[in-house]
Amino acid sequence: MSEGPAIGRDEWVARADEIIERHRLLGLADRVPGWARLLAFVVAVAAIPLITDDGYVNSVVFDTLVFCLLALGLNVAVGWGGLLDLGYIAFFGFGAYTYAILSSDKFGLHLTSPLVLVIVLVLGALLGFLVGLPSWRLVGDYLAIVTLFAYQIFISLVTNGHDLFGVDLTGGVNGISDLDPFDVFGFELPVSHRGIFNSNYVYVALVLFVAVFGALHLINHSRIGRAWRALREDTLAAELMGMPTDWLKLLAFAFGASVAAMTGSLFASLKIGVFPETFSLTLLITVYAMLILGGVGSQTGAVLGAVVVYVFLEALRNADVSGWVFYLAVVLALLYLLRPRWMVAVVLAATVAFGFVAHAVAGAIDESWTAGAPPDAGAVTRALDVWVAIPASPGDAKPVAYVVLIALLLVTTVVTGVRRYALLVPTLYLAAFVWETVLAPQPDVTRFALLGALLVGIMITRPWGILGERRVEIV
Amino acid sequence: MDYDKLFQTLVNSATLGSTYALIALGYTMVYGILKLLNFAHGDVFMIGAYVGFGVLTATGGALDPAFSPWLVLVLMALAAMAACALLGVSIERFAYRPLRDAPRITPLISALGVSFFLSNSVQLLFGAEHRTYDTFNIAGGTLYEPAATLGSFSISWLRVITVVSAIVLMVVLWYLVTRTRIGKAMRATAIDRDAAAMMGIDIDRVIMFAFLLAGGLAGAAGVLFALRTDLFPQMGFTPGLFAFTAAVIGGIGSIPGAMLGGYLLGTVEALTVTYVTVWVGLPVGLSNFVIFSLLIVFMLFRPQGILGRPEIRKV
Repeated sequence: MSEGPAIGRDEWVARADEIIERHRLLGLADRVPGWARLLAFVVAVAAIPLITDDGYVNSVVFDTLVFCLLALGLNVAVGWGGLLDLGYIAFFGFGAYTYAILSSDKFGLHLTSPLVLVIVLVLGALLGFLVGLPSWRLVGDYLAIVTLFAYQIFISLVTNGHDLFGVDLTGGVNGISDLDPFDVFGFELPVSHRGIFNSNYVYVALVLFVAVFGALHLINHSRIGRAWRALREDTLAAELMGMPTDWLKLLAFAFGASVAAMTGSLFASLKIGVFPETFSLTLLITVYAMLILGGVGSQTGAVLGAVVVYVFLEALRNADVSGWVFYLAVVLALLYLLRPRWMVAVVLAATVAFGFVAHAVAGAIDESWTAGAPPDAGAVTRALDVWVAIPASPGDAKPVAYVVLIALLLVTTVVTGVRRYALLVPTLYLAAFVWETVLAPQPDVTRFALLGALLVGIMITRPWGILGERRVEIV
Repeated sequence: MDYDKLFQTLVNSATLGSTYALIALGYTMVYGILKLLNFAHGDVFMIGAYVGFGVLTATGGALDPAFSPWLVLVLMALAAMAACALLGVSIERFAYRPLRDAPRITPLISALGVSFFLSNSVQLLFGAEHRTYDTFNIAGGTLYEPAATLGSFSISWLRVITVVSAIVLMVVLWYLVTRTRIGKAMRATAIDRDAAAMMGIDIDRVIMFAFLLAGGLAGAAGVLFALRTDLFPQMGFTPGLFAFTAAVIGGIGSIPGAMLGGYLLGTVEALTVTYVTVWVGLPVGLSNFVIFSLLIVFMLFRPQGILGRPEIRKV
């Protein structure tokens, strides 16, 4: 739980602990200038296709860059403008659909991709203006809900766009397929090169990323950027200082929308087709989680959050590494939350001991209680089979274990002292059980359930994210 | 003029409106007290529907009930109400209470996270497939038989039950809020939380009570809604969004406003699906387009809703 500055204490003194910790953790990162950080990131990403020609790895790198761009765009409206935009994914979808319409056989148009990007940039900004217009009259939750309506309108339009007054614009639920690959004035970039993912797409995305990152950085350090921050901290004061607040809000929406729309075009150029369900709320929540984890208002944070969350989500999909990722994340969470840190070792040792006892007891009562193991188990699962008691047919035990685990986790956040450590032991063991029986077999759902829990967790423990500036509420 | 169609549309709007009103009450009570848009409320509603399904299955299912099907229905509703009330209270305790003094955007994102977590958890445990209560077989199909007929018009038991139980619940709520001590405390807290705390009102208890009521109503709404539609993990989103809108239209924070807004929105939706899309010449699937466009226009011109008062910003 975050505590505000104490009454009667100097603001800086009240935040001293936080500032000291921040400098200890991130002192090095802070001292590296922004351009060097960007350069290091670009070089690292650019090197990946040279090191490996694994198509999967390169496509993950491409998708990570797409999410970095999305998080950067969202940061403009949410982080700098302080406007909660829940219709953001509609701009992304708009860009993808515009690309699909302008360069596919749908209407026989095959425009060159840089031209499409420029068109999308302009149209995206106009759409951003339009969706941002309600911000003149509405603030806060009301604005959020209206942008959510705008998103619903977008989804409703593309899902039913196969029959708009007799014109088939978007292909309805079937979407638009057979899109042209990215091409620069006739020089085409085939999506797959000798049967594997064409790593040149990584470079296209990287160029766009650097352009967007640089442009947004410059804007943030200009008059407009400073005005946005004033707007975010106190709209009324900003207005009284003579700032055109209505216009600034529209600009924030428009910049975010352009970035999202261009990213949508880039995304579409790689995919076989565009479909309404791609642009789901799941995507919206994912981008929000990235931005919030990284730190709202920080460009480096947005990129960091996108990389961490996307790599985490991808790793959970892979049965070989998902177990490692999960258990490692649990240990890291314990290290972050438990004080003193050596208690982590005690708790883990107790959990291991508890596990062997539980496994032995369960095996002694009934052989079948420990007989089960997932059929396509990864290395971690096989190693844990001697420790986690998995019944031959967990069946009804699964929902019960899941609900009890959540209840236990919640209770551990409330109790203190020795009781918390004592409670953590069965909780961790149960977490291992739930992971092996419920979570690991359904990675596609698990990763999003975990993402939801992560959002709540960040909001409660560290709402300003890893790199974000902690905002001070002025009372 | 096809009066039969009009009558059916109006009956539809009353049933839809009842569900929306029940959910909208939950939004409005929580918003009134905490100024929090509880995104997770739609998913609490969804879990209510699933709890009802669990009770129905445990008592032998629609075809082979262990005892009277009417008792099973009552039991489903009560179990869903109890479970959702508990769920609502725990969400408040663990996801919102630590953020009570944080900037308003913080609990809002926490609520998004809870919503996402709940729907994905249900999908983890029970799968993404659509299920139904198999209402056609409950009590041998009695629910679909007309309860009343007037000339060529008829109205089925299912719709009568939905509307009547919603109204009963709303009367109970109205009584609790206007005639009991805790209801009075709720209203006081909604007007000014700090002043209420200084008058000796236990704010935590009042907020907990609001979430309890909100959850209970959402649970009942979940069972009533699922009698007519499929159950799936994301089923809470659209009704949740509509109900929130209903609360906003009626004037968020106002309890009669939420009821009014619920029925109004039910009517708008039913009329749009039946008539407006036909007049404009759009496919029925685009009814959402029409509804949401109307809502944006409404929000722009009267964000405080029909019965709400405009929020005055103090500097």
